[in-house]
Amino acid sequence: MINQLSWKVGGQQGEGIESTGEIFSIALNRLGYYLYGYRHFSSRIKGGHTNNKIRVSTTEVRSISDDLDILVAFDQETIDVNYKELHENGVIIADAKFDPKKPEDTQAAMYAVPFTEMATELGTSLMKNMVAIGATSAVLDLDIQVFEEVVQEIFGRKGQQVVDKNMEAIKAGYEYTKEQLGGAETMQLEKADGQKRMFMIGNDAIALGAVAAGCRFMAAYPITPASEIMEYLIKKLPALGGTVIQTEDEIAAVTMTIGANYGGVRAITASAGPGLSLKMEAIGLSGITETPLVIVDTQRGGPSTGLPTKQEQSDLMAMIYGTHGEIPKIVFAPSTVQEAFYDAAEAFNLAEEYQCPVIMLTDLQLSLGKQTVEPLEFDKVEIRRGKLATEALPEIDNKGYFKRYEVTEDGVSPRVIPGMKNGIHHVTGVEHDETGKPSESAANRIAQMDKRMRKISNLKFNTPIHKNAPHEEADLLIVGFNSTRGAIEEAMGRLAKDGLKVNHAHVRLVHPFPADEMMQLVQSAKKVAVIENNATGQLANIMKMNVGSHEKIHKILKYDGNPFLPQEVHTKCKELF
Amino acid sequence: MATFKEFRNNVKPNWCPGCGDFSVQAAMQRAAANVGLEPEDLAVISGIGCSGRISGYINSYGFHGIHGRALPIAQGVKMANRDLTVIASGGDGDGFAIGMGHTVHAIRRNINITYIVMDNQIYGLTKGQTSPRSAAGFKTKSTPAGSIEQAISPMELALTAGATFVAQSFSTDLKDLTALIEAGIKHEGFSLINVFSPCVTYNKVNTYDWFKENLTKLGDIEGYDPSNREAAMQTLMQHNGLVTGLIYQNTERKSYQELVSGYSETPLSQADLKLDQAHFDKLVAEFM
Repeated sequence: MINQLSWKVGGQQGEGIESTGEIFSIALNRLGYYLYGYRHFSSRIKGGHTNNKIRVSTTEVRSISDDLDILVAFDQETIDVNYKELHENGVIIADAKFDPKKPEDTQAAMYAVPFTEMATELGTSLMKNMVAIGATSAVLDLDIQVFEEVVQEIFGRKGQQVVDKNMEAIKAGYEYTKEQLGGAETMQLEKADGQKRMFMIGNDAIALGAVAAGCRFMAAYPITPASEIMEYLIKKLPALGGTVIQTEDEIAAVTMTIGANYGGVRAITASAGPGLSLKMEAIGLSGITETPLVIVDTQRGGPSTGLPTKQEQSDLMAMIYGTHGEIPKIVFAPSTVQEAFYDAAEAFNLAEEYQCPVIMLTDLQLSLGKQTVEPLEFDKVEIRRGKLATEALPEIDNKGYFKRYEVTEDGVSPRVIPGMKNGIHHVTGVEHDETGKPSESAANRIAQMDKRMRKISNLKFNTPIHKNAPHEEADLLIVGFNSTRGAIEEAMGRLAKDGLKVNHAHVRLVHPFPADEMMQLVQSAKKVAVIENNATGQLANIMKMNVGSHEKIHKILKYDGNPFLPQEVHTKCKELF
Repeated sequence: MATFKEFRNNVKPNWCPGCGDFSVQAAMQRAAANVGLEPEDLAVISGIGCSGRISGYINSYGFHGIHGRALPIAQGVKMANRDLTVIASGGDGDGFAIGMGHTVHAIRRNINITYIVMDNQIYGLTKGQTSPRSAAGFKTKSTPAGSIEQAISPMELALTAGATFVAQSFSTDLKDLTALIEAGIKHEGFSLINVFSPCVTYNKVNTYDWFKENLTKLGDIEGYDPSNREAAMQTLMQHNGLVTGLIYQNTERKSYQELVSGYSETPLSQADLKLDQAHFDKLVAEFM
């Protein structure tokens, strides 16, 4: 019996690799297992190696695993590229069609199963992925009935015959492989708890969080790995009266979102690095006009087009400092899918309360990694609109303008939306006075600049740092942000076994940086390891700027396009001692 | 009911004396009053440049954005509040150079807003460089030997992009311009009004007199039919684009707001933000 399994299916893009993984994982998720799936794909539609690595566990998992139990291969390239991940008891299940060759330097077993041939015999070679699922089930000694419900849902609209054929294909793969295995030991998974849980990608959670928070408009331009957010919202917003506009470019997306927020609806835009670069001027407009703005940046490999389908965390500095001039801005980074949901909802509150751009930073692994999620509590979603006027406004004398930019103690001014009587004021990206009229007076400049910057000096953010710091005096503090959390958490367990006292701080609020809280954690550790997917150590540099202790802070970097594995974090941290 | 005077504020424009933009401002104020708006019902969204300042000179809600982006901002405002009257405005550099992409797409999207371009064929605020509307051979600080690029024909371009309301006017024709803006506001869809608004400081070629000599009123062309797109195109080509009046209007095509599925009849800005628990539960179940 095993309580954890790592399964990978690979082949050429466009061959149904994704749906094989999808059917396999949905069925197991429904049995109550916790899953974590990560897709390796390229920026093309057909061809090129792709794979989907899925981890199945009886407890929550948030990282891809170090090694592999089962590799399902639709071509030789899949074997050649991935076999080294297989541990010695691992199994390769390959389509007999391409006459698979097992590399000499692996202990793993290999079974050639005629996926394509059996599928073709049953009617169409398209069902070869079903045969592969059946073959996997044989190795896992899994009752193939668990797939029936999912197959019914996916193919039901094509008629019962199609459903039956697909189930037959699964059965054929199962029986053939069972025979091949003979008496060989299977990898039987421990029974899961049978709880129904959500199975979703980070982008789904962000979009759902936006809906829950009352977002009713999105303007966006398609880009990997952000498009799922707009695709979800265009499906769901019409039922709520809202909509999504796919704009002509990234600049239109952000400026339309600014216009919509100014107009009084909660609106969002989402993109990745190249899009964010184009949005920079408009982010400054939101800053100086104090117009709420929610932007999601799903980081991917940069610069320029970079590695568009690969993991990276290299937009950090650009998101904190991006736009010319100086504005108040809030940048935060969820580290799990659950957090992505709550954070997306909270982003709208912060944008309205502080009347400034709010950037929600994710990374490709968090945005696209599909995982089992503990129930989301809708009650926890609050709607707070800050100083937005909701009552009738007092009359203003003789065309006097409403003081939309009134200098206040907390820096936040009353906000009205167009259409409100007695609320007329001007909005401009030019420096302006309390009513929004352009002003170049030095005293006004200082008053308005100070007012704007003051807004976020008292920012209230729930959990600026996710802490797991059991040790008052630690040997090591590990720091990360976004999706590295899972790998760090697993590595911590191993480091503890090595006898090290390790604390973990995952930065959730990136800007304004929670310096005081981080300072305490740094001071109580002998060494600090900052784990990040970039080449320059951007978070480490921000740490140094904010908390000093330069000599203690070590950068552990990975920028080859792949997520950190727990074992990499473990090894690199150990090397510090 | 508000008169045009109520659309005046107490800000003194920083335009040069004699600038064509003064008349455009007056025409907008009159049109707003004539169609029965109250100042708070109107949002003027403008770009950057001399003309972009116009949103600050009208007593209404106004948003002076960034260079070239008046249109996407204006479309966002309208999508948020379909009951507002939204006018986007700016210069020819704003709309036909840096913001040209948005102009073409706003035209084909057909959201119910009005776009007024103050076309002076020059960059004024940056003190006299060539514009995409400058004629070939036009000498400016950035084209000392004369422009060697072809001028854009915005009206022809609008027709090919699928515009449903295309009009052109001259800033001194206050009455005609006011009537066109009114018609544009009333039009159910995107209305584009290009206004020749002479720059008295930097454009010594396309002057008031030059326009008076070269412009043809469509009203003077016998049998001109603004519902005929093909004839509109021909007329524009025959007159090198130098015509004024309603060039084309398509009253059959529905606006974006009418076509978009599920779009709320009441302004989104007034929507109840709270989702009910049952709706949320249904969304959650789809992921199980």
